[in-house]
Amino acid sequence: MAELCAVIGVGQTNFDANRIDVSMPGLLREAALRALEDAELTWADIDAVVVGKAPDMFEGMMLPENYLADALGATGKPLLRVHTAGSVGGSTANVAMSLVSAGLHERVLTISFEKQSESNAMWALTLSPPFSVSVVAGAGGFFAPLVRTYMHRSGAPEDTGIRVALKDRLNALKNPYAHLKMPDISYEMIRDSMMLWDPIRYLESCPSSDGACAMILSNEKLAERTPRKPAWVHGSSMRSEPVQFAKRDAVNPMSGRMAAQDLYSQAGIKDPRKEIDCIECYVPFSWFEPMWMETMGFADEGEGWKLTLDGTTALDGSRPVNMSGGVLSSNAIGASGMCRYAEAANQVRGEAGEHQVAGAKKALGHAYGGGSQYFAMALFGAEKP
Amino acid sequence: MRDVAIISFAQSNIEDDIRSEVEILQPVAAEAVKQSGMARTDIGFTCSGSSDWLQGQPFAFVMALDAVGSWPPIKESHVEQDGAWALYEAWVKIQTGEVESALVYSFGKTSPGDITQVQALQTDPYCVTPLWPDLDSITGLQARACLESGVVTETQMAEVASRSMRDAMNNPHAVRKADRSPEDLLGEPYRVSPLRDHDCPANSDGATVMVIASAELAREHSRRPVWIRGFDHRIDPPALGVRDLTQLPSAATAAEKAGVAKDKIDFAEVTAPYSHQEVLLRNALGLSDDLKVNESGGSLAAHTLMSCGLNRIGDAAMRIAAGNGDRAVAHAGQGPCLQQNLVVVLEGE
Repeated sequence: MAELCAVIGVGQTNFDANRIDVSMPGLLREAALRALEDAELTWADIDAVVVGKAPDMFEGMMLPENYLADALGATGKPLLRVHTAGSVGGSTANVAMSLVSAGLHERVLTISFEKQSESNAMWALTLSPPFSVSVVAGAGGFFAPLVRTYMHRSGAPEDTGIRVALKDRLNALKNPYAHLKMPDISYEMIRDSMMLWDPIRYLESCPSSDGACAMILSNEKLAERTPRKPAWVHGSSMRSEPVQFAKRDAVNPMSGRMAAQDLYSQAGIKDPRKEIDCIECYVPFSWFEPMWMETMGFADEGEGWKLTLDGTTALDGSRPVNMSGGVLSSNAIGASGMCRYAEAANQVRGEAGEHQVAGAKKALGHAYGGGSQYFAMALFGAEKP
Repeated sequence: MRDVAIISFAQSNIEDDIRSEVEILQPVAAEAVKQSGMARTDIGFTCSGSSDWLQGQPFAFVMALDAVGSWPPIKESHVEQDGAWALYEAWVKIQTGEVESALVYSFGKTSPGDITQVQALQTDPYCVTPLWPDLDSITGLQARACLESGVVTETQMAEVASRSMRDAMNNPHAVRKADRSPEDLLGEPYRVSPLRDHDCPANSDGATVMVIASAELAREHSRRPVWIRGFDHRIDPPALGVRDLTQLPSAATAAEKAGVAKDKIDFAEVTAPYSHQEVLLRNALGLSDDLKVNESGGSLAAHTLMSCGLNRIGDAAMRIAAGNGDRAVAHAGQGPCLQQNLVVVLEGE
């Protein structure tokens, strides 16, 4: 019988375009120490460390976890390094959860990061690999056709993406860690910003950030003794599918739908629309909010955009999405998935500060990566499962 | 702990394989799945290990998904570590009770670059990498420290290399094989003093695939399941000046936690890319001087970076499955001067 697992500490760095004030180890320690402080623990209390980040080329360093072992307090302990493309922040936490639920460790530190200013992510994404066609357009170039297909299929109003971006940028003003804070943001500003990858505008896109996110996970026995309220893990799921496969639907991927169904079945959720209070999901380009709402079953196919337009996903709506400002406001790629989990966990702990959703009992954290083909999700509850 | 067994294993190591990683991996994966007797779609979890840096592009592991079969969508994860750590994650997944079986794979293709130079990128990026110490030179410092402290002699290093290359003559997957005496090897010039060519890893391109299963499935699909009886991994500090390079405390801790000393051992397979490291590992894992180590030839005969650790575990498992021993230790190591170490104890049914 698997052990119960809970999040008992959360820590995030301040996100910025260039955290020149800290080294890579310094950045990780900022997040890890905040998580330890939140859980009122020290390094000695940690049994194992699971670290995640996206491609090593984003920092220009090979297998950096070995170099970071001391900074993560991992010396003499087990250290795992996860990399599952953009979903890595989520899947790293999932791996850490499995160490606890398998009964192998009592307390695990899980942390993920990206320090993009060390290298150049745009360069790292625009290599010409041998024997292959070079994709020189960056992530937006890959995803823009998927957004265009979604618009065509759903008939969504052309300004849905602008409205998502406006909501998330306003939410970010309430998040002390957010990278992009634009107090004078408006619908017109986003609409008039440069078209980068038609139909995705500059202000509908995520920034490139430096930052890290950490969580302390524990088993049931230790979670019951923790000074602050724990967030109980009700389920965690991962699914992957191939990128080059004519049969796949990259707009509403089967792997995403299966991961959500697996999550709901683990958590005993029959109707996610009624039972889940709020969602932090991976939206690097504004239009992915309505797309993921459909994939995860919060709207029927072709109707996800209505949740944005009728205010359901707003901070004061009936089922808020990306209360923290989301990936549109901070995108330290490797950390982004774990930020979604950490923000969801903090909602059910009642620790989300100014962007707290009153009375949130169940919150979903979501991450995706690759060519919309890697999915990681977790459901957090205020009560034990 | 749930009982988990290795039920199939396949590998490919070629000195300079002209194929891409996906092309190398696909037939190896197909062979391992066939050997397991399970349908690909019945295997509950998939986990891999590789390094983007070898392929020279980000998300290098993504294309591998096409080679191992991932439709309908699969439960899958990836570590940026040797495949031995992917095996650990898969073993943990079975421990949670969520799945009953897993496909584990890893691959590495180092021939397009100068791998000893590339591995300078594993060091401290602010203070050490700018000096660009290649891995042979870093490891040469470790070998020198071992010689000066008397932990290892140059003759011992030559004996390890001589024996490994000779054993490799029976291993179809080895890329460096020779029948040469230690005295003969000591006549070779240094590559990086005190390391000679044969003291350094026999770099190869390749892939490794393994299927593991919980007890009931394993007995159903394997004539002699090879049980994972102990499994642990640990890491030492990164700064070379902080470590006593003649000792491997993380390997010793992993061996203790995995229960190596609990019973008699028939043989061991260890990841020692440089000859003196076999001696350090014998010391750290508590293996006696006369214990048979690396009958495969080890990394001195074929060293597919990111796969070599999983190869050692698979080689040991297949020897047990064939009835040539009942209890073995397998080890994987990575990082400069074997900074991170993993130990598995395997037992036959």
